[in-house]
Amino acid sequence: MTAAVGDSEFARAGAGAGFRTCPATGRHIHLGAERLIKVHAVASVVSLLVGAIAAVLLVLTRWQAVHLLPADWFYRILGVHGMSMLIFFIIFFEMAVLLFASTVLLNARNSAPKTSWAAFGLMLAGALMVEAMMWSGRADVLFTSYVPLRADPNFYLGVIFFAVGALVTVGVFFANLVVAKRERTYEGSVPLVVYGALTAAIIAVITLVHGAAIYIPTYLWSLGLMEVDPQIYRMIWWGLGHSSQQINVAAMVAIWYMLGALTIGSVVLNEKISRSAFVLYILFISMASAHHLLVDPGMGPAWKVVNTSYFMYMAVLASMIHGFTVPAGMELGMRLRGFTNGMFDWLRRAPWGDPGFSSLVFSLVVFGFVGGITGVTIGTEQINIIVHNTLRVPGHFHATVVSGTAMAFMGATYYLIPLIFQKKVAFWKGAVIQPYLFAGGMLVFTLSMTFAGSFGVPRRHWDITFSGAQFDVQFNPIVDLILAVVALGGLTAATGAFLFVAIAVKSVFFGEPLGAIVKGTAMAGVPRGLTHPPVHAPDVDARNAALHRAAPGVMGPAPGTIVLVFVFLAAFIVYFFVNWKILSFLWRIG
Amino acid sequence: MHTDTHTGLDSPKGIWWKPAHKSERTWVGIAFAWCMVLFAMMPLWHWKGGQNPSGIRSRTTPAAYGARVGEFIKQYQTGTDRGWPVVTPPPGADVYLAAVSFNWYPILRLQKDVQYTLHLSSLDVNHGFSLYPINVNFQVVPGYDYGLRVSPNTSGDFRIICNEFCGIGHHNMVGRVIVDDAPVAAAVSGGTR
Repeated sequence: MTAAVGDSEFARAGAGAGFRTCPATGRHIHLGAERLIKVHAVASVVSLLVGAIAAVLLVLTRWQAVHLLPADWFYRILGVHGMSMLIFFIIFFEMAVLLFASTVLLNARNSAPKTSWAAFGLMLAGALMVEAMMWSGRADVLFTSYVPLRADPNFYLGVIFFAVGALVTVGVFFANLVVAKRERTYEGSVPLVVYGALTAAIIAVITLVHGAAIYIPTYLWSLGLMEVDPQIYRMIWWGLGHSSQQINVAAMVAIWYMLGALTIGSVVLNEKISRSAFVLYILFISMASAHHLLVDPGMGPAWKVVNTSYFMYMAVLASMIHGFTVPAGMELGMRLRGFTNGMFDWLRRAPWGDPGFSSLVFSLVVFGFVGGITGVTIGTEQINIIVHNTLRVPGHFHATVVSGTAMAFMGATYYLIPLIFQKKVAFWKGAVIQPYLFAGGMLVFTLSMTFAGSFGVPRRHWDITFSGAQFDVQFNPIVDLILAVVALGGLTAATGAFLFVAIAVKSVFFGEPLGAIVKGTAMAGVPRGLTHPPVHAPDVDARNAALHRAAPGVMGPAPGTIVLVFVFLAAFIVYFFVNWKILSFLWRIG
Repeated sequence: MHTDTHTGLDSPKGIWWKPAHKSERTWVGIAFAWCMVLFAMMPLWHWKGGQNPSGIRSRTTPAAYGARVGEFIKQYQTGTDRGWPVVTPPPGADVYLAAVSFNWYPILRLQKDVQYTLHLSSLDVNHGFSLYPINVNFQVVPGYDYGLRVSPNTSGDFRIICNEFCGIGHHNMVGRVIVDDAPVAAAVSGGTR
């Protein structure tokens, strides 16, 4: 069958009523789904704004020379920052991604509009309850709310509402896939990006079930109706807390494939390998709850070793596969369109002024080199002894969740604004530099935070001068300097985040309508991937075969990527073993 | 237009379970081998390495653990520092340290190159044991007794920082551990300042 038959299929399936045809991509976009995507995206950006304001207050407090907030407000705002960013910003955006992938990318309709709106309402109500409890000082328990620290019951209830709402939307996503298949809105298998979103959705179910399993008993505990064991709490809570970051990973990788396709015509090297890697995520990634329990008294070494390693690092293998297939797909996409010179000409001549592309590259590089390498290393059972609850931990996860996931989501937004909101991207010159500002700031922030943590500087700590403590603690003076650099990086990244919020809000609410895109003519406010779509020539299969024939050895058709992944592997090996060496100097402990 | 070469936004047509190129297979193989190295290091370190978070782990209650700490102090107290008991246990002894918002209790006086079993537990909420400045960190959970066999290989006047948020006074929670090069007479006061 050819695609032409598919097109007539859409027409019969009612592409007219309730749909519009995207002038840029030719896709049939369901208007009801589009409205839902918009409200989730807006809720996400508002959460990002709240979280970013909190971030500025926090870095200005941990910068000892400024030390802005009083102790109680520092811990309160730290809780606000965690919930607003890690839960509300990220999950609202992920719900938008799921709705987008299951409707727009499949030319399909949203199958349960009323349920979707009710779920969104529940999520919104939950988020507002949690924010109200935290800002009013009735939930000074930080993001993790470790029992037996106690918050107002309505805090836990708010989290439950939010999680249930998200779970319902995930259910709608699955329903949409079934309906799209039955209504034959697409042919063959779902695209790889949708497959990645499906992975995220399955992990979301696992995650949110953990959330229910821990927050419902904790809610009852806060009402005095039952007991909750602090160690069991930590184990199941991290089944929510860490696994939710794995929804991010799967969604982010899906967005990497999407942005690659939109900006430079990335191709899928091999569907089997990429899809198998997603399956590895589903099977093993939820074991990462153990990363937080490596120096806990409740679990034995065998449990810790098996779980922290995702059963022999199978989820790390998955990420290392995507870490190859994504850039190799980008390289091949460029080479197929004629950028065949040398090893890295494809990279040099890529559209670095397209914020969708620069976001993709920074997300990929910082997630892999900083977030990935530090994460695997500090998640090693014994190495965790020199890491647990120091600044190395937030140093790691800001490299994954912020430089990785949030950066990828920002890059996707630069395409969602014209494609879904049908507006030009406002402050276009700002948008072009925004990924550089944000990723550069985050890189300084995460590296310096990791460095400070290696001195044993604790995370979640108001005053490391210990001015009110009964015994003096005097960190190496260089720590003050490092924390000032942390603040500098944090403020730069926050400026990037505010710029992003300003661009998103201005574009969506007061933006200039997109109008007609003239192919081949650059337009301010429209990413290059839309004005100069990276379409492949009709003879692309022949070109692909020729590139493969010309490079039968291990360097293959994407030799630049081979060089890059070996640089990555070398960095990984060095960092990993340096940490073992440092560990070996300590007191004997066993 | 239908081509086999496609992006992640296109539906692959027909069977997509096809052999991968040699370069891709090679990378997957190398990544898999590296993952096995990552994994093997952990059991290897349990066997040959000197730093493991295994410990002797048991259940307790805050009341029972508090009583045990009291008994330990009564048995081996050698002095006071700012009103806090300084305890000098004999080599090889079980040492009991309690975390309670916002203190570490009691002050410990240990000997270099001698093994102790250091018990950690909390009398209220979660705390974080962080030995300053050598940066050794363990989670302290109420209801659980974490007995770690430790042998100090450096002498000095150490601090215990709390690095798990335990309430608004969290940042003031600091304890003290002294490690001597040689045995000290039991009558000597524990405080060096």
